[in-house]
Amino acid sequence: MSSNKRVTRREFLKKTGAIGGMVAFGGIYIPKQSFAQTKEPFKVGFPIPLTGPYGTEAKDQQAGAELAVAEINAKGGVLGRKVELIVRDDKLKADEGARRAKELIESEKVQLLSGNLAAHVQLATNEQAKLHGIPYVSVSQSNEITQRPDNSIYTYHEALDPHMTTQAVGEYVAKNFGKRWYFVTSDYAYGWQMTDGFIRKGKEFGAISVGETKHPLGTSDYSAYMPRILVANPDVLFLDNFGKDQINSVKQATSFGLKKKMQIVCPILLMSSRLGGGEEAFDGVIGGVSFYWEMNHPTAKAFVEAFRKMHGRPPIDYAGYAYSGVKELLSGFNRAGSLDPVALATAIEGRTYDNYKGEQWWRSCDHQSQQDVFIIKSKKAKAEYDVFEIIATVSGKGERLLRTCVELGQNPNAPIRSGLIQK
Amino acid sequence: MQQHGWWQRLIEIVSRNPLVFIFIFFIIIPFIVPYKALATQIIIWGLFALGYNVCLGYTGMLSFGHAAYFGIGAYTAAIVLIRLWENIWFALFCGLLMGAVMAFILGYLCIKRRGIYFAMLTLAFAQLLYFIGFQWVDLTGGDNGLRNIPAVPLSIFGLSVDIYSPLRFYFFVLFFVALSLLAINLILQSPFGHVLQAVRENDQRAKSCGYETSNVRWLAFVISGAISGLAGGLYALYLHFVGIESLYWTTSGQVVMMTLLGGMGTFIGPFIGAGVFLYIEDTLSVITPNWMIFLGPVFVLCVLFFPAGIWGTIKDLATRRRKWGG
Amino acid sequence: MEWTVIVMQLFTGLSLGMLYVLLALGLSIIFGLLTVVNFAHGAMFMWGAYAGVATFAITGNFWLALLISPLVIGGYGLIVERGLIRPLYGRDINYPLLLTFGLQLIMIEIVRIFWGTSDQPFSAPASLSMPVEIFGIFYFPSYRLFIIGITLVICIILWIFLEKTNLGLVIRAGTRDPLMVRALGIDMRRIWWLVFGIGSALAGIAGILAAPIRSVFPEMGIAMLVECFAVVVVGGMGSLKGAILSGIIMGEAISITTLFYPQMADIVIFLVMAIVLLIRPSGLFGKAGLLE
Repeated sequence: MSSNKRVTRREFLKKTGAIGGMVAFGGIYIPKQSFAQTKEPFKVGFPIPLTGPYGTEAKDQQAGAELAVAEINAKGGVLGRKVELIVRDDKLKADEGARRAKELIESEKVQLLSGNLAAHVQLATNEQAKLHGIPYVSVSQSNEITQRPDNSIYTYHEALDPHMTTQAVGEYVAKNFGKRWYFVTSDYAYGWQMTDGFIRKGKEFGAISVGETKHPLGTSDYSAYMPRILVANPDVLFLDNFGKDQINSVKQATSFGLKKKMQIVCPILLMSSRLGGGEEAFDGVIGGVSFYWEMNHPTAKAFVEAFRKMHGRPPIDYAGYAYSGVKELLSGFNRAGSLDPVALATAIEGRTYDNYKGEQWWRSCDHQSQQDVFIIKSKKAKAEYDVFEIIATVSGKGERLLRTCVELGQNPNAPIRSGLIQK
Repeated sequence: MQQHGWWQRLIEIVSRNPLVFIFIFFIIIPFIVPYKALATQIIIWGLFALGYNVCLGYTGMLSFGHAAYFGIGAYTAAIVLIRLWENIWFALFCGLLMGAVMAFILGYLCIKRRGIYFAMLTLAFAQLLYFIGFQWVDLTGGDNGLRNIPAVPLSIFGLSVDIYSPLRFYFFVLFFVALSLLAINLILQSPFGHVLQAVRENDQRAKSCGYETSNVRWLAFVISGAISGLAGGLYALYLHFVGIESLYWTTSGQVVMMTLLGGMGTFIGPFIGAGVFLYIEDTLSVITPNWMIFLGPVFVLCVLFFPAGIWGTIKDLATRRRKWGG
Repeated sequence: MEWTVIVMQLFTGLSLGMLYVLLALGLSIIFGLLTVVNFAHGAMFMWGAYAGVATFAITGNFWLALLISPLVIGGYGLIVERGLIRPLYGRDINYPLLLTFGLQLIMIEIVRIFWGTSDQPFSAPASLSMPVEIFGIFYFPSYRLFIIGITLVICIILWIFLEKTNLGLVIRAGTRDPLMVRALGIDMRRIWWLVFGIGSALAGIAGILAAPIRSVFPEMGIAMLVECFAVVVVGGMGSLKGAILSGIIMGEAISITTLFYPQMADIVIFLVMAIVLLIRPSGLFGKAGLLE
């Protein structure tokens, strides 16, 4: 070998290392746009509690959203762009939800936000959406999200809220059972709101509260509460809690023999709670739900079939919320013809639609979707997901289940435009 | 065998002038990480870890309740903005002050005990504060969190600056972090700083030299609380919201992990720990919700084999000196 | 308030306290001998519940699950002590705490990966599902009586082991004066290893006992752990008498508070702990200066 070029091994490594480092560094640096050949995809940010106790519900939210995205894409996407669902884990924590929202807005540049299960996480994500002017469609329960000051022109609420749930379930219970009501309330916003809602509705029918017990969120042992309940001798026992707490309290109420003396009611009966608690514990328990897959309605059947085809199982209520909410906003953008938030709002407000469960209607003063509530009863399962039967439908028409616009601090005569960011 | 290779010299220079290199690090991170808000989060938590390190690394007290000061700083700053005065300087100052006050009070109650009892007491008090915050819905928003913090522009010399775009917000936070760093550095280099380390190394000896060690530790605790409170206030502005989790013991646990991961007896360590922790969490979270399965073992390995943390170990390797693992 | 309600509340407080007793015994015995704060104790409790769920899924027998859970978790404890904790002896007292803190994060994640995040149903056996009439006054679930009974049995076994056997003697001596025991030529490391296993097994059996009355989910040990710390600290770290007494006291405190002022039920445990620590720094039966 000629001795002019004396490339020692060390130098060679240094050079390639330097070049490799620059390429790698450059790789971090290259913005994503340079890869896109055609129009940029329309991105929907979807933070959900994948870790934590509601992982199953979260996955169903994702499944519902995926179905909506697939259907919209099959019809040409949004404004000619392909829709992409970007899922993140909000860990059921508000600060994590806010961080994820920031990342989705800043890094992924999403045009729409949705997801979140827990009320406090929704509110945190909503704050970020309002700050940056991105529409956010909430697909889970929250009383505050349609109230001022949380609500804004960018905020939409597809799901029920505790008020609607309790007005519906309370009405059914008042008409069919005794008037002595006892409440076991999970000691946080959700529980308080459910109990307040029931008491309010009960008053209309002459039902009285014979006792209220608040328990800390996450209580596993309800045995301490049982004596008080038995002594109060109610006709109806309301378990105003959620998830694990519901499972535990139902199980333990059953083991203490309470069902022999009173009717147990849960404001919302979750499929996963029912499956986790078992048929013995839940047998005969009544509750409300926004959607149950066995309901007899054309769009419901279509939705269930499409969902089953895509995911191999029937959808739960959270899947329905996500499906409808995302679909509504995406189709809203198409009707608006642009990304302008006012055009979007105008395209959605006042609209009557039926995506999967019957007629729904967007109220203009707070972007709340008015809808029916179903009363279900737990039964012994005849097939894997056949665990409930629908025993009544409570109509949501004519805003009868909603709080008034005025009550929420909104203007009853004008669509909500507060929080509009002038760009 | 070369005793002083170029990288060893680099490490040495860095550890002798930590501030210079921290500032260089700060200028470049928003451009390296995937998105700027992550960089902001890193420096906020880095500040929190720095404050915590005054307590753990420099004074040798393992507190498991620092969420109390962080959380109270966050809530105070937010409440001031919502209810009192829409002035960011004042709000952050109040956050810092409340952190110090809470540390003053709780420190008085906890300092007398050492070791495990100290850790458990700090945990207990922090949990008490959490439950109070949870129940006091009118003040804190309870579990829904404190929302609707006004997006107040920053007023400097009469100018009104909007700080809410990602890069601007980063530099806004950086300003405060840098100030705090300078302040901590001054304190640690001062005679008081040396007394702190003496107390950490050998409490009895320091006492016999005439130092009132419990007062020394108390003061360090208050300083630690003040910094944590400031970090909390910045976090409230960053999230535009204060969650009740900021008072929960998992927040305390997280800052402990970051500090240990980065290197508890060092100055830069906490920042590196915060950066590594948050970067890994952010990157892995996108791939799998089970990212803890990677970070957990890393932490455990650190405790077992690299108790000096990332930066501490790098320093040790560079100087080839076995540091007493504390 | 009728006195029957109060009596029933005291009974429920007792059954709640028994779980705390089991957990506190484990934590205390580990701390008393090894001066290790086992932050993974709650995770072991949780793993005990899952071990029970798994055994039941395979065998369909609750009693077998009850037997196997503590054995499995105890064995796991032996591995943890030998592999992870032993290297830390000689270092600062905080290291095992930090290590077990990291360990429990991993343990929770493993369960999330293999079983998912939602609840595992687990019922008490049919023989224990019927309520039992107490003094002809009220009904009480027999399963909770079973918990009270079996915890008593375990305490008695533990007592016999510590008081009447040679190994127990060495353990008691080791708690009081480890140097002396070493000077007598006994290798404390073996003992520490064994005690960690026993403590873990206690956590494991508490887990499976709790499974039918609470839900089984990955984070079930977290709340338990923090409360367990409070119980042990109140009783005095290292004191078994203290662990038993404190467990019962805390269980009753929660139960009675629930009756009169339920929102405080979460806080009362920490209040008691803070008060006890301020007045009696080493807890009810703890030794002063044990870990300063």
